[in-house]
Amino acid sequence: MGGISWDWNYTLQILPDLIRALLEVTVVVTILSFVVALVLGLVLAIVMRTPNVVVQQVLRWVMEFIRSTPPLVQLFFVYYVMPHLGLTLGTITAGVVTLGIHYSTYCAEVYRAGIEDVPRGQWEACRALSLSTRRTWLGVILPQAIPKVIPAQGNNLISLLKDVPLLAAIATPELLQTAFEAGNKTLSYLEPLTMAGVLFLAVSIPASILIRRLERRFGH
Amino acid sequence: MDTDTNGAGGTIIHFDKVVKRFGDNVVLRELDLSVRPGEHVTLIGPSGSGKTTILRLLMTLERVNGGVIWVDGEPLSHMRRGDRLVTADERHLREARKKIGMVFQQFNLFPNMNALRNVIEAPVTVLGKPRDEAERRGRELLDMVGLADKVDAHPTQLSGGQQQRVAIARALAMEPKVLLLDEVTSALDPELVAGVLGVLREIARTTDITLLCVTHEMGFARDVSHRVMMFDQGQIVEQGEPEKIFTEPDHDRTKAFLKAVLEER
Amino acid sequence: MFAEIADRMPQLLSGTWITLQLTVYSAAVGIVLALVFGLMGTSAHAWVRRVARVYVEIFRGLAVLILMFWFLYSLPLLGLRLEPMFAGVLALSLNIGAYGAEVVRGAILAVPKPQYEATIALNFTTAQRLRRVIIPQAWAAMLPPLTNLLIQLLKGTSLVSLITIVDLSKVADNWRGNTGNSALAYGVSLVFYFVIAQILVLIMRWLERRANRRLGRATPSRRAERATLPAAGGGA
Repeated sequence: MGGISWDWNYTLQILPDLIRALLEVTVVVTILSFVVALVLGLVLAIVMRTPNVVVQQVLRWVMEFIRSTPPLVQLFFVYYVMPHLGLTLGTITAGVVTLGIHYSTYCAEVYRAGIEDVPRGQWEACRALSLSTRRTWLGVILPQAIPKVIPAQGNNLISLLKDVPLLAAIATPELLQTAFEAGNKTLSYLEPLTMAGVLFLAVSIPASILIRRLERRFGH
Repeated sequence: MDTDTNGAGGTIIHFDKVVKRFGDNVVLRELDLSVRPGEHVTLIGPSGSGKTTILRLLMTLERVNGGVIWVDGEPLSHMRRGDRLVTADERHLREARKKIGMVFQQFNLFPNMNALRNVIEAPVTVLGKPRDEAERRGRELLDMVGLADKVDAHPTQLSGGQQQRVAIARALAMEPKVLLLDEVTSALDPELVAGVLGVLREIARTTDITLLCVTHEMGFARDVSHRVMMFDQGQIVEQGEPEKIFTEPDHDRTKAFLKAVLEER
Repeated sequence: MFAEIADRMPQLLSGTWITLQLTVYSAAVGIVLALVFGLMGTSAHAWVRRVARVYVEIFRGLAVLILMFWFLYSLPLLGLRLEPMFAGVLALSLNIGAYGAEVVRGAILAVPKPQYEATIALNFTTAQRLRRVIIPQAWAAMLPPLTNLLIQLLKGTSLVSLITIVDLSKVADNWRGNTGNSALAYGVSLVFYFVIAQILVLIMRWLERRANRRLGRATPSRRAERATLPAAGGGA
């Protein structure tokens, strides 16, 4: 059994690359994907309220399909199938598209809960005042629904962050991939992977604490 | 704190200058109270007067902030260390609790068990009684409270009155010397109250268990109690035999309270 | 198209078998971890709660894939060489156990205080109270969130394809490698995952109904539960 040897010089050597990968790729992908998820999720949540049962059910099952199947396989699907349709996606784009769509289903669910929480009386008042559908949603319903669900969406953001490492599967230069490649060069995987873990925790734990504080503030 | 004053002198419950605070609110101020073995005592008074707190302290659901509680000659809230008394630890509390049982206003039956299991769970698990012996005794108790045909019933299939009677059987199954009754009929629909009171009257009549009862049921208090204590702001205002308290109370507080209660009916 | 699928069926089935094994083993270890650390989170002793808190924060905060890579590539450098399957199950269990611990803790704390008081009045010890009264009641409340975690776990098993295990995802990958038919390969495997997920959900719902029946109550409506669930993560 080998002794535990930790090369601090090596660690300090690779640390800048790791941090750069974390901030320039992992965090960026997280934010971009989340924006996609938030916007698409809202659209889905609103469309789901259609009285058209067929549309509603189809959409429901499609969302269920996306939500309960592995994002890794969905990523491969997007990355390898798109070129056949004429669209060659870069690794980061493929990642953002995949995670954005995958998490839009979670965001839609959270929006749905927030919208349902808006008292019925609000809808009835809008109808009584003959407000257009657009005004009803933009002026009355969403301003009430969205603030309430910010903490829950925050949880989705953190879950998304934790899924970004799987982009290493298509060699996206994010944190895990960078750490692994560094390890490949020297066959010393201990330092890079451990630091990858530490850096990851350095982002995810404060983010979690922040979200929890938000939840408390919003009186959850 | 020395151990000279103990609950001897034949009392089964003795509160010695007990203080209880909830935050800034002092509920019991140096309360002295004694109950003799086999005695039936009813505590009456307005809400917040401390009656329920007394029961909860006896059942160790709360801790005292001052003074000592004695049960059957042994300290309950404290334990002996040489010739001193220190705050009781969990092991001491478990030992002391054996003599006390409690029936709650909201019954608190275990929803994951049927009536019989509710009654026998504690004797089997806590006292280590063999299951068949516990079941036999459990059926006896359920029969005594008039629920022989409901032994397999689930709490959700029982009325409030029936659930409370199961709760009484459950408490008795542990063979306590003292039974605490905390407004046990207050959560029941009026037509179910008589059934439960009937069971309690039977218990009062046929056993020598000590009863400490917080209730608004004045008729019951009158029939069953040896002594009635009127509480207000954590102090005993007046105590005596039911006849005396209910017909010719000495204190204005008592008079005012009884008048208000009787007017409700 | 169907001919190609039929050709691949043996691999698809063996990949599915690996995926199911990973799911079941990780779920088994995970529920044990969840119960242990969840109960620790309800302890009266502050230091016990703190240990549980540290476990939960770290293993919930780490991406599963990073953990898997670390077990497979870093651990050997510390002298411990793990089989890929073992590394995979270990990483998945530790992660799902951390999420599960929060569910367990929440459910136990949600059991009404009067139930605790009734057990004090009957002189139960802490262990007796938990085993006989509290956990049986908390169990029914745990099942809906645990169902979400189970699906999260299923999705997480796909990550083992990146540490050389030939699960359902790896089978799809190999399929694409061999025939170039990515849409079919990944599409079919997604359908397989979906079917497995729905079966798992049905099983959990059955357990839920049974647990609620034992408590004498009807299963609460689906909608009510979904509204209060924070979204479970994807594969990490």
